[in-house]
Amino acid sequence: MEKQIYLSPSPHLHSGESTQRVMLDVIIALIPASVMSVVYFGIPALLVLLYCTVGCVVAEYACNRIMGKASTVNDYSAALTGILLALNLPPTSPWWLCLVGAFVAIVLAKQLFGGLGYNPFNPALVARVFLLISFPVEMTAWKAPKFIYSAADAVSSATPLGEIGEALMKTGKLPATMQTGSMFDFFIGHQAGSMGEMSALALLIGAAYLLYRKVITWHIPAGFVGAAFVLAGILWAYDSTVFASPMFHLLTGGLILGAFFMATDMVTSPLSAKGMLIFGAGCGILTILIRVFGSFPEGVSFAILLMNAAVPLIDRFTLPKVFGVGVQKA
Amino acid sequence: MKLKTFAGGLHPPDDFKHFSNKKPIEVCPLPPELIIPLSMHIGAPAECCVKKGDQVKRGQVIATPKGFVSLPIHASTSGEVVAVEPRLSANGTMVNAVVIKPDGEDAWVDGLEGVDPEKASIEQLRDKIRDAGCCGMGGAAFPTHVKLTPPDDKKIDVLLLNGVECEPFLTADHRLMLEQADRMLDGIRIIMQILGVRRAVIGIEENKMDAIEFLQQQTQGSNISVTPLELKYPQGCEKRLINAETGREVPSGGLPMDVGCVVQNVGTVSAVSDAVRKGLPFIERVMTISGPIVNSPKNLLARIGTPISHLLEVCGGVKEDIAKVIHGGPMMGNALPDISAPAIRGTSGVLFFGKGMVKERAIGPCIRCGRCVGVCPVHLAPTSIYGAIMNEMVDEAQTLHARDCIECGCCGYTCPSAIPLVQAIRQAKAAIWAKKK
Amino acid sequence: MIVAVTSLGGVALAAAVALGIAAKKFAVEVDPREVAVMDALPGANCGGCGYPGCSGFAKAVVEGAAPVTGCPPGGGAVAADIASILGVTAVETEKMVAMVKCQGDNAKAKDKFHYLGIHDCRTAQQLAGGPKQCPGGCVGLGTCAKVCPFDAIEITEQGLAVVNREKCTGCQKCIPACPRSVISLAPYGATVHVLCNSHDKGPVVKKYCEVGCIGCTLCKKAVPDAYAIEKFLAHVVYDQREGSEAAVEKCPTKCIRDLGTQGYPEGSSFTMPAANA
Repeated sequence: MEKQIYLSPSPHLHSGESTQRVMLDVIIALIPASVMSVVYFGIPALLVLLYCTVGCVVAEYACNRIMGKASTVNDYSAALTGILLALNLPPTSPWWLCLVGAFVAIVLAKQLFGGLGYNPFNPALVARVFLLISFPVEMTAWKAPKFIYSAADAVSSATPLGEIGEALMKTGKLPATMQTGSMFDFFIGHQAGSMGEMSALALLIGAAYLLYRKVITWHIPAGFVGAAFVLAGILWAYDSTVFASPMFHLLTGGLILGAFFMATDMVTSPLSAKGMLIFGAGCGILTILIRVFGSFPEGVSFAILLMNAAVPLIDRFTLPKVFGVGVQKA
Repeated sequence: MKLKTFAGGLHPPDDFKHFSNKKPIEVCPLPPELIIPLSMHIGAPAECCVKKGDQVKRGQVIATPKGFVSLPIHASTSGEVVAVEPRLSANGTMVNAVVIKPDGEDAWVDGLEGVDPEKASIEQLRDKIRDAGCCGMGGAAFPTHVKLTPPDDKKIDVLLLNGVECEPFLTADHRLMLEQADRMLDGIRIIMQILGVRRAVIGIEENKMDAIEFLQQQTQGSNISVTPLELKYPQGCEKRLINAETGREVPSGGLPMDVGCVVQNVGTVSAVSDAVRKGLPFIERVMTISGPIVNSPKNLLARIGTPISHLLEVCGGVKEDIAKVIHGGPMMGNALPDISAPAIRGTSGVLFFGKGMVKERAIGPCIRCGRCVGVCPVHLAPTSIYGAIMNEMVDEAQTLHARDCIECGCCGYTCPSAIPLVQAIRQAKAAIWAKKK
Repeated sequence: MIVAVTSLGGVALAAAVALGIAAKKFAVEVDPREVAVMDALPGANCGGCGYPGCSGFAKAVVEGAAPVTGCPPGGGAVAADIASILGVTAVETEKMVAMVKCQGDNAKAKDKFHYLGIHDCRTAQQLAGGPKQCPGGCVGLGTCAKVCPFDAIEITEQGLAVVNREKCTGCQKCIPACPRSVISLAPYGATVHVLCNSHDKGPVVKKYCEVGCIGCTLCKKAVPDAYAIEKFLAHVVYDQREGSEAAVEKCPTKCIRDLGTQGYPEGSSFTMPAANA
């Protein structure tokens, strides 16, 4: 064929953005949190990250081949789901737990719906909840973190939310002093929990990167954190011996991870800014309600999944008003 | 000081105007052949009144209008009609055209005369504008005399002039404002007289500070003012311009006159001045020939019907193989299959892209990032319309106001999955139209 | 335990009674023949009859608005069934199948330009008339294959649409989907076809396609009754197709193809059945 002219529809300029770049940016933003998890929990944590990520990528490749579709592994979304899944698991998770999680996340929660862009629920969270319900023992085997971890230091520990839950069950009141650490400890990561839940500082650094790169906007995190803070604050003001402080709720459990990295997943969140605020607020309120009144110590995963289900409804009512509609002719 | 603007839209990082914004307007020499399509404007195509073998003079009517929303077409130079046959037109399809071989004399037809606007009636002024074939030069090519004949119940209180030229690469209007301000201002006054308005505002984007300052000087103390506007695409769309300048919102499916405004391109008003004062028909215009691979980008004053190949030759040809030829600007212009097509009345520019500017990307799935929703100046949800039409849900696309889309291209520009959203919305519009019938 | 059983049992009984009453009270009168016809139909809801789904056709045929032969996928067998249900005689009709009248894939026919955009033939056609130089040629982006309810159309690797004659039921959904009207209906029994859709003059066709019809009329000269030429394009007159295969070797561009001896166009994965047509 001789050299030919290209014909495409307008526009003929493009911003250069790509799905791949967006996914890569989120992966980069998760590096601080991943590094901190390895620093605090050592080689076991690194292995969990590896098993989850490789498991997800292989699951997606295999699924594409079996379904006869082109491989979508190089849009990096599978790798990203792997890292997010790993950060939602306890650091001592066995290899088979990681692989089952990877299968559920990629095959059940994503590929069977049609692949990237078609899944209604956040794949990593679906996998986490699936594992939590199927393997409750392994999923709640928390360990105390130790700065520059070594194998001899593996000590079982309760998470801060777990500790509160137990105390409330036994005495009906919050524990007098927290065994598992202070607010500052929670901020830098010195708390037991799943790998991504500990260090709010590392997560916020990553979130700042995402905001700078315009991968996420402030609406969902602000709605999430704001609503959670307000609701927790109201309850705390009502009775501070039974309800924990808002700062405590913010810094423990997966709230920061959820607000900035899980709820902001584009595919499963609303399209418009107003919708995103409502979605975030809904997540925040549900998180506090489940934590305080529900039987699970952690509420973020369930809250986000419930709000994912509400996204089509939210979109229907929050798409912006079209220019010129409803305007009377002068 | 915060400049006026509208909601939505985007800031392209590079406006690419540096290729030609310092180049003064140059007269383009006559080509060996002129191809004048009989359908160049919005409205009914004109009826051809010459045949093969006829000798025509410059400015002679070669096609007469059909109905009110139609315009006469004129010969752009003197010469012989060598054919009346289908030729590739600037919209990419074969259109019946009058092909003229210039005789080199460039002799004007007799009987062209102007009127004094001070003494002429409004009817006479409108007739002069119509007889000259004046139409919107921003690209839409809407017959000007129709725009200047609002129904009696529509009260116009302001005339807005579109000097925005928001498309990247294009600099024709910019140079016109700097070099031919007199014609432009004269045209503005004539139109103000026709419409009976006492206020005119020229909107110019802030990347043309020299033109803003110059025109502010020229219009000091008069009832014509200049408003600098924030640099944002697509400020040049007439409904965005009205919204930014006056805050008014044109109703969906409505026209600027519904909110008391009339918008005209600065080139169009200059042509109106020529038509009224001298009776000159619209046979030439300034167009920007540019692009990263053009050896010598220019703002050419070229005759209507000049083949694009000739325009490129005048600009020194290209440095590498042409990968894309765009008629108009890069955001809303249409790519052409080859360069034999002619420049027409609505040609604001022709761009040449090399392979470096053409990315072959596979279309990915929509990841629901919402960028298209945030950037749409009409506040539509392009991805929802795309989903609807791809699944043949025409009624849903109509409910989502697909017909309000101005096809500015902001959505397609920002889509990370490289989805051709504008193409999909155009298809939705066609499907809605077909269903209505 | 007793409470649980009786309360749940009671609720179930109440629901059953309610449903029974509702079934009687809100029952819709249906002509039993309609139900019988519905059972006889293939049930693909393809719309080939022109009615909304099989139930729409069943209603129409019982009312007498539609002919008993109105279901193309059902063919003669279903027409006979319907005829016996309604107590009328069915008329024999020949099975019709769709056919793409083009062999100009990317290897044989030239493009005007490299098309970048949505992979849909109708959409591509809107952009400067589509990428193929031939105004009647198959665009090859697969719109027909997408709308076919029976998966009877494939797009070859070189960008040509081909209809599988065995799978095609003649429902005609593909015909309006094609922006260039390349697909038309032909009797299943006919295996010789002129696979070209261009009305351009011979020299023009030769410039953009190796296998296009140039209107040379050699086919008509060889078998006068079986061929007709209209605006530089030949086609088989199917009612008089006897002996049409003799023109295949006479055709200079090989746009006439005998599917029976030559099989489907090049690049297609379909094979003709072993038995003779």
